Amino acid sequence: MTKSRLFWGVVAPTAAILNSLFFVYIILKIRGVDPIEMFKLMISYGFDPRNLVSEINQTVAYYMAGVAAAIGFKMLLFNIGIDGQYRMGAFFGAVVGAAVNLPPVLHVMLIILVAMLAGGAWAAIAGYLKVKRGVNEVISNIMLNFIAAAIIAFLLSPNLLGSLPEGSQNLQTNPIPKSGRMPTIKAFEGEIYTFLFIAILVGVSYWIMLNKTIFGFNLRATGLSFRAARASGVNAPGMIFITTVLSGAIAGLVGIGTLLSDTHSYSMAFPSGYAFTGLALALLGRNHPVGIFFAAFLWSFLERSAPVLEFEGVPPEIVIVMQGTIVLSIVIAYEVVARINLRQQQRAVGTVNAENVKETK
Amino acid sequence: MSTNIAKTNSNARTKAKSFFKSPARITLLIAGLFLIISLVESITGAVDITAPGTSGATLRFAIPLLMAGLGGLWAERAGVINIGLEGMMIVGTWTAAWFGFLHGPVVGILAAAVFGLASGFFHAFLTVKIGIDQAVSGLSINLIAAGAARYLSGIFFPPVGGDRTVSPPVETLPTFTIPLVADFFKSIDEKDIFFISNVSGLIYGITRDLSVVTVGLLLLVPITSWILWRSKFGLRMRFSGENPMAAESLGINVYRTRYIAISVSGMLASLGGAYLALVASSVYREGQTAGRGFIGLATVIFGNWKPSGVFAGSILFGFTDALRVRQADSVMALIMGAGIVALLLSIFYTSSRRWKPAGSYFAIGLVALWINQRVETIPQEFITVFPNVATLLVLTFLAQRLTPPAMAGMPYKRGSE
Repeated sequence: MTKSRLFWGVVAPTAAILNSLFFVYIILKIRGVDPIEMFKLMISYGFDPRNLVSEINQTVAYYMAGVAAAIGFKMLLFNIGIDGQYRMGAFFGAVVGAAVNLPPVLHVMLIILVAMLAGGAWAAIAGYLKVKRGVNEVISNIMLNFIAAAIIAFLLSPNLLGSLPEGSQNLQTNPIPKSGRMPTIKAFEGEIYTFLFIAILVGVSYWIMLNKTIFGFNLRATGLSFRAARASGVNAPGMIFITTVLSGAIAGLVGIGTLLSDTHSYSMAFPSGYAFTGLALALLGRNHPVGIFFAAFLWSFLERSAPVLEFEGVPPEIVIVMQGTIVLSIVIAYEVVARINLRQQQRAVGTVNAENVKETK
Repeated sequence: MSTNIAKTNSNARTKAKSFFKSPARITLLIAGLFLIISLVESITGAVDITAPGTSGATLRFAIPLLMAGLGGLWAERAGVINIGLEGMMIVGTWTAAWFGFLHGPVVGILAAAVFGLASGFFHAFLTVKIGIDQAVSGLSINLIAAGAARYLSGIFFPPVGGDRTVSPPVETLPTFTIPLVADFFKSIDEKDIFFISNVSGLIYGITRDLSVVTVGLLLLVPITSWILWRSKFGLRMRFSGENPMAAESLGINVYRTRYIAISVSGMLASLGGAYLALVASSVYREGQTAGRGFIGLATVIFGNWKPSGVFAGSILFGFTDALRVRQADSVMALIMGAGIVALLLSIFYTSSRRWKPAGSYFAIGLVALWINQRVETIPQEFITVFPNVATLLVLTFLAQRLTPPAMAGMPYKRGSE
């Protein structure tokens, strides 16, 4: 059983990626360029050491989003609110980090804590609405994403928490002082964020929490069957709420790597779209911490190596289409695998039944 | 004793309900609302609320939301949530602009309809036939549509005088002003009589420079309504959304019904996109839809899964949008109006001895008037997300009154429970 699970866990994502590669192959063929040549270009450009560094840094951010989504998925929650939670986390982390003066390590820890609290608190709204009011979390989170963006845009206005530095068009928060910054590792003329280690820590804790603790057991139990978990004494609604908050707290860390090691302030230039990416990565990585890591790397690799296509007359946005088809292919693959499994199980039950009938005769 | 009180309460409730239901009373209510708005306008001097330009702009802002909302309604009534509305709108903006540029606006709109139908069909295929998660499918469609539009823009637009993100200008469709009616109301609007001129200004705004597309798309509201509640297919559609298993057992082909409904959903959203590209402006621009698909989703909830409700919701959200663009100060006047309405409602409920709503409306009214007195302007950002906040509040406080299709969003496979 575990063997076949591992098998499908690797085969299905690979098939999905191949499928979308084939799709892109056709599109490129229509465009009139040599697809294989394009792929080669992307690979050599993407594995160029300088680009590799920025890919690793982007992977860290995507990884947090993926883990946040995976925690939700384990509970059958569709946390599309990662975008808003990440904004809240990064913004309030930046604001608090700039406002206080603490010894170096404590300062960083405080910022991380604030980011998790802010992300978790924002997710708590959706959690509360889901548990107490029965509001579908997809709808409430979509609304909350827009609202979070608006609140932050409002708070970033110059007379409140933001300022407009000279020669810049982007409103931003005050910079975090030196004590609140994280060092970087110099590699290949680039700088790797040390937040990478915190991401690894989060991945490991996620795995331990899920597989080795009672809380994790209750979480998985509630996700598998709300009613059965409730009947066996698990506070299922409470679990849903806590899981939502936990997912939001991790989502609050998405932008922290960039914040602490690169920009040192939150600005309107912080990208959006982490929610869908996170969900896609959790799907592709089968909610497994290692799987999500590979998926996150694939995602940032595709994004960072796409600009090279521009020189060949291919708009790099083809990569977005590719990402979308990967997601669709993967969920279709899972659906097909689930059907095959179901049929096999039915057949197995059928043969056992038939043998039983023979024996009784 | 307690049963007696309960009886009075329920009596009052039915009374209140029937009061809002009778069409004559509703007309009266709207007139009253207008009286209040006119009053507020003359107090605060915010002349923009009923200016002809505002009502015209409201219509222009509301139509895309309305189309997305109707699209969401079609899909959800048949039992499938369509989060891909945003992407389907992008399909509409792009195809309408490109084919409109090549062969004229009429072809542009037809192309948007056809491609929208196809995108809806794709969503139906994924969710109905294959049975993948409806949210995953919708979100993927959003992503693919956005990516494909940008990819294709980069290839097609630069050689013909456009840009990587903007299409070349497209010829727009003819507009017309309803003769006599518009002139009549215009003359009254200019006379500046209290209340009457305000109403005329509003009517003048929506009767001049009307696009034929606007009229055509507006007609889709009563058509949808008729299909949903008067036609055989509508019954099947609603049945598929409420209880697909029972529907199947009565011989309704749930799969086919959903295929049709979701395809139409895609077409409607796409037409909303076409409106953005061909009527509200005359180009395709990247990011033109600006989350309108999601607000369309919100109007479905706000409108309680009814065509008239979706219409009311999109007009309201379009109105706030129009005010934001034209004159943000008017929003303050509107808040004052809302405060007065809330206080009146409080009096109404007090008279029918329903203390709880009376109290809450009283509180709302006081808060609104306090904001009006104390806060100078409402920041732009908050006006933009008004639809989102309103929908969240409706979901939070009025969830018991909402009647969504019971099985919307639930996976359904033929022959399984």
